[in-house]
Amino acid sequence: MTTPFHCARAFMGILRREGLRMLRQRGRLVSALIRPLVWLAIFAAGFRAVLGLSPTPPYRSYILYETYIAPGLAGMMLLFHGMQSSLSMVYDREMGSMRLLLTSPLPRWFVLLARLLASVVVVLPVVYVFLFLARLWDVRPPALGYVAALPALILAGTMLGALGLLISSLIRQLENFAGVMNFVIFPLFFASTALYPLWKLDDANAWLGWIAATNPFSHAVELIRFALYCQVNWPSLAVVSGALIVFQGLATWGYNPGRGFWKRRDF
Amino acid sequence: MTMALEIRNLTHAFGGVTVLRDVSFALPAGGFAVLLGPNGAGKTTLFSLVSGLYSASCGEIHVFEHDLRRAPTLAMARMGILFQQPTLDLDLTVSENLRYHAALHGLSPSEGRLRAERVLRRLDILPHAHRVVRHLSGGERRRVEIARALLHDPQLLLFDEPTAGLDTASRKALLAHARDLCAQSGIAVLWATHLLDEVADDDHAMLLEKGVVIRNGRTGDIGSVHAEAGP
Repeated sequence: MTTPFHCARAFMGILRREGLRMLRQRGRLVSALIRPLVWLAIFAAGFRAVLGLSPTPPYRSYILYETYIAPGLAGMMLLFHGMQSSLSMVYDREMGSMRLLLTSPLPRWFVLLARLLASVVVVLPVVYVFLFLARLWDVRPPALGYVAALPALILAGTMLGALGLLISSLIRQLENFAGVMNFVIFPLFFASTALYPLWKLDDANAWLGWIAATNPFSHAVELIRFALYCQVNWPSLAVVSGALIVFQGLATWGYNPGRGFWKRRDF
Repeated sequence: MTMALEIRNLTHAFGGVTVLRDVSFALPAGGFAVLLGPNGAGKTTLFSLVSGLYSASCGEIHVFEHDLRRAPTLAMARMGILFQQPTLDLDLTVSENLRYHAALHGLSPSEGRLRAERVLRRLDILPHAHRVVRHLSGGERRRVEIARALLHDPQLLLFDEPTAGLDTASRKALLAHARDLCAQSGIAVLWATHLLDEVADDDHAMLLEKGVVIRNGRTGDIGSVHAEAGP
C-alpha cells in the first residue's frame, strides 16, 4: 500500500532530481532568464513608442508597456519551461529513464503529477529573479503582489506543464518535437494577451480577439497579472483550473499503457 | 511452495498483431530461471507486461500472490528490474541515481544513503559513488543498475537481456552476480537472453518463440533447446 509518507518522499526525490538537472544544465537556466529580459529590454522598448495603453484592470492608470508585458513574459517563461519539460519527458522515454519512474510502486497519476509539480517548483526561483530584475525597467508591483503571485504562478505553470505532458504522450520521437515549437508554443504565445491587451487584438481582428479570449495561456497570463496587483481574476482562475484538469486527465490517460496513446508503442 | 512470479494464460497484441499467445509459467521464490528466445520472440514485451509498462490484453500476472492488475504497487514493490535499455540518468552521479530510486520506493534519505552504500560496496563499485554516470564504462553502468535494482530489497529480479552490448568478461561477471544473488540472498531471478552460453545445464528454462512458450522445464536436455533457440 502506498502511504502518504511514501508519496511525500517520492515527490522530494523527484524534486531533487529535477533541481539537480536544472542546475547542471546551465545553458537552459541562463537562457530561461535571458529570453524574457531580451523581450523586456528590446521588444518592449520598441513597442512602447507605438503602443498606447489606456487603463485596463488591474491597472488603475496609464502604464508603461514594460509594466504590461512583464506578467506575459513571466507566463512565457512558464510556457517555455513546460514545453522543455515535456521535451525532457520524451527524451527520458527514449533514453529509458522514464521506465524507472513508471515502474515505481506508486500510482501512475501520482508519478506524473509529482513530475509535473517538481518541474514547476524548480522554475519558480528563475521567474522571481526575472520579476525582481524587471524592477530595473520600472515594473514595480506592490511588495505583497510578489507573494500573491506565487499560487497564480504555480497554477499557471502546472496547467502549462500538463499541456506539455499531454503533448509528450502524443509525440513518438524526439525529432517530432520541433513541430511543437511551430504549432503549439508560438500560436499560444502570440495569440494571447501576453503582448497586447485583448481590446487591441479585438480592434485588429475580431477572430484573433476571440482566439486570444479562449486561449488558456491568455488566462494564465491574466491570472498572474491580477495576482501581481493583489487581485483575483475569477474567470481566468476558472479557465486555468479547468484546463489543468482536462490536460492532466488526458495526459494520465495517454501515459496509461492499457488505454492510452501508448497502447501500440514501444517504451 | 510460494511463487515469486506466476504468469497465467498471458496473451498480448499490438493492434491486430498477437505478439504473445497463451504464455504460462511460474518461478518459485528463490529460484533462477532463464527466458530464452531469439530476437523478436516476445521477451521484451513479456518483461514490459510483467513490469507493468504494458497492460496485457488477457491473462494474469501474480508477483508473490499480488495480482499486478489489482494491486500493482504491492507487486512492483517486491520487484527489481534491469531493463535491456540503460535507464540511468546520465547527468547525475551514481549515488544521486540510487538515492532517486530509493525515494521512489519510499525510503527516507538517510536509509537511502545507507542502502546505496551497502549495495555499491557489495557490487564493488563504491569508489564510483560520486562519479557522474556519463563517465562510467558500459560494464560499470550495468553494475550500477544492478545495485539500483537491489536497493529496495526486492525478492524478484527481472533481467531483460542485461548483457547486451557488454564484452565477454563483463557478461560473465554480470551473470555470476545474478546467480550469486539467487544462491546467497534467496532472490528469485528471471533472466531473459538469446545467448545460449548464458544458460547452465541445471537452469530452469522457458523457450519462447514467436510469442509462444515451446519448451518449459529443466535444461537437462539442453542440446535440443540449443537446436531450437537458433543463433
